[in-house]
Amino acid sequence: MTTIDDFRRETRAWLEANCPPSMRTPMPDGELVWGGRTVEFKNEDQRLWFERMRDKGWFCPDWPAEYGGGGLSPEQNAVLESEMRRLHCRPPQINLGIWMLGPVVLEFGTEEQKRELITPMARGEIRWCQGFSEPNAGSDLASLKTSAVDAGDHFIVNGTKIWTSYGDKSDWMYMLVRTDPDVPKQQGISLLVVDMKSPGIEARPIDLISGKSSFCQVFFDNVNVPKRQLVGPLNGGWTLAKALLQHERRAMSKFGEFALPNHVDLLSVAARYLPPADAGTNAEVALRARALAMAMDEHAYTLTAQRMGEEIRARQDVSGLMAIMKLVHSEQEKDKLEVLLDVMGHRALGWEGEAFDSSELALTRAWLGSFAQTIAGGSSEVQLNVIAKRVLGLPEGKQGK
Amino acid sequence: MSLVYSEEQRLLADTAAEFLLARSPVAAQRRLRDEGTAEGFDDALWKEMVDMGWSAIPFPEALGGLAFGCMGLGAVFESIGRNLSASPLLSSIVLGGTLIELAGSEAQQAEWMPLLIAGDKRVALALDEKPRHDPAATELRAERQGNGWLLQGDKSFVADGVGADAVIVVARSAGVPGERDGLSLFLVPADAPGLQVSPMQMIDSRNHAQVRLDGVRVDAAALIGQEGSAWGALDAALDRGRACLAAELLGMTQNLFDTTVEYLKTRVQFDVPIGSFQALQHRAARCYAHLHLARSAVMAGLAAMDDPKLDAAGRARLASLAKWKVGDAAHRISREAVQMHGGMGVTDELDVGLFLKRIRVAQAELGDADFHCDRYGEFVEAQ
Repeated sequence: MTTIDDFRRETRAWLEANCPPSMRTPMPDGELVWGGRTVEFKNEDQRLWFERMRDKGWFCPDWPAEYGGGGLSPEQNAVLESEMRRLHCRPPQINLGIWMLGPVVLEFGTEEQKRELITPMARGEIRWCQGFSEPNAGSDLASLKTSAVDAGDHFIVNGTKIWTSYGDKSDWMYMLVRTDPDVPKQQGISLLVVDMKSPGIEARPIDLISGKSSFCQVFFDNVNVPKRQLVGPLNGGWTLAKALLQHERRAMSKFGEFALPNHVDLLSVAARYLPPADAGTNAEVALRARALAMAMDEHAYTLTAQRMGEEIRARQDVSGLMAIMKLVHSEQEKDKLEVLLDVMGHRALGWEGEAFDSSELALTRAWLGSFAQTIAGGSSEVQLNVIAKRVLGLPEGKQGK
Repeated sequence: MSLVYSEEQRLLADTAAEFLLARSPVAAQRRLRDEGTAEGFDDALWKEMVDMGWSAIPFPEALGGLAFGCMGLGAVFESIGRNLSASPLLSSIVLGGTLIELAGSEAQQAEWMPLLIAGDKRVALALDEKPRHDPAATELRAERQGNGWLLQGDKSFVADGVGADAVIVVARSAGVPGERDGLSLFLVPADAPGLQVSPMQMIDSRNHAQVRLDGVRVDAAALIGQEGSAWGALDAALDRGRACLAAELLGMTQNLFDTTVEYLKTRVQFDVPIGSFQALQHRAARCYAHLHLARSAVMAGLAAMDDPKLDAAGRARLASLAKWKVGDAAHRISREAVQMHGGMGVTDELDVGLFLKRIRVAQAELGDADFHCDRYGEFVEAQ
């Protein structure tokens, strides 16, 4: 009889034998491995770690083994996650498909779709991107207009998607399209999966205030999409989209553990740029206090993430807690970078070149990049609406939907 | 270190919630205030708390305690906060009892622990001298005199000082104000000649006192712990107190927040509930986020007190984080609570004002947000 303790022992032994020591170190910027048709490895250890985890089915440990998953129970999966955390294992790959689309296909997809989409996903063979937002459908996502018109055995897709991360580097996209323009907006939306190599698709990278970005705008000009690539019911896409976004929130909170490899330590920056605590002007003392308060709020957030994990394991309802995480984290990042800007003075205002060291330039870009964090993935205002209405149960306003 | 209550702690929390709601609701505190009792709490209620074992929670079994930890106490203090219940649990048990537990001699423990735990006697901690909490700044002099000590100086903001059977006085027996070395603790009976305890009537209508020690003579047995080296035990006892007070603040803030959200749903203006206005919704949602951050910090502060793996600095850092963050959340939420209740919010008829006033006092007690921000920084820089 294998108990969960046996599983823990075996898992620990396997990870120790198979996770190369260099894959147990904090991940430097730009060393994420993205699964896809072509996978780029920076070194041999990355390849080894990728292939071993893939062959074990542990890219998606708790998916059914028949589709290439690891077939673990939720308890076993939690053990695997905790053992990986304990050894500081890097994620072997990053793939939006696994985090977001996969669970939805498993729940709503046909048998054929599970075989065609899930199996390669579980092997890290397809790089997925997301086509949700449009230039005129941001926070009001359901007003999206990209159309998919019935043409017998396929749809013809026209329109444009924006804020698609790595749209230019991805193999397939899951996207929301309008399949019925004549019903209330949520009821005419469907979820399609599309090969990015299809004729008529163009992905253009977007430059941001922080410089080059991974975001793209993707244009669709009479793109043919076979009907078997419709996931879930026709015009039933909104329900799937909501499920997907929930997986996004969960993934973001997981991703948060390693998303900021060059996490800036506020207090060490303050120590470097400000005079010692017992010297300094009133203004410098006040700046130090601001930096400290910010660091404390950040600490409270870290503890909150920890508490959420514990409450999930204790099977408590964490929906309220989950609803604040993105809001708090993104707003704190913005506030923190502004404090750092004040602490560092003009040293944090360099754009490029030799006059600034790399950590200073990185900070400037991080600050400019932080503005996107309170907009992307549900703006702070949307998050506040969600908390007010769904968590606190405050009534709908007059203009409502 | 766990940030959620265990099954047993949850049970205790439920019992405390049920008991206090029945025996000591906010209305009871309002009555106490209106009657103007000197002690500021209901002695019969305190006896019942003692009977339920609350006064034994934090102490080891060898001293007659339940060894149930600060996390268990936190569950009780949260309910105390929700109901605004007044009692000497913090002053006499968490602060006074802890000092005797950590620094007292066997004889002092044998004499005092049973009395405190049984609620037969109570002590109060006389620490603050300046308007703002700063233990190291203690000036009150202790000078050797013959076999004993002579104490001279003034203390204020002494919680539950009126009617206490004895006062634990933090005094300077060496060094200069600002130094942590040179502090000593003395257990001074309330009837000691030269000891004068007078009430400070404060906005929360609780028992606070000014204590004057005018040439008070105590014998050598009154010294708690080693002469001049009270700091370690004092700081540890204060941290327990801070963690528990943080839990009380959390309970008060949670109640105030819940009440306010309920009001937003029921108060109608312009023919709609005012909670349908986005300007108010977003502010309420932000309060909710801060409340969650505060809860995490408080749970960590409580858990830190019980964690044998942490050193004093690690505990101090988390106690300060807890008091700081819950103070911050309490400040934001009490302001919003009054504002969102509109005109009714500034009337004495509503309980909002009672919470606002107690919150403000609890924020200042045992160190306000600025004090704890500084203190947190000190321990971060030391790492």
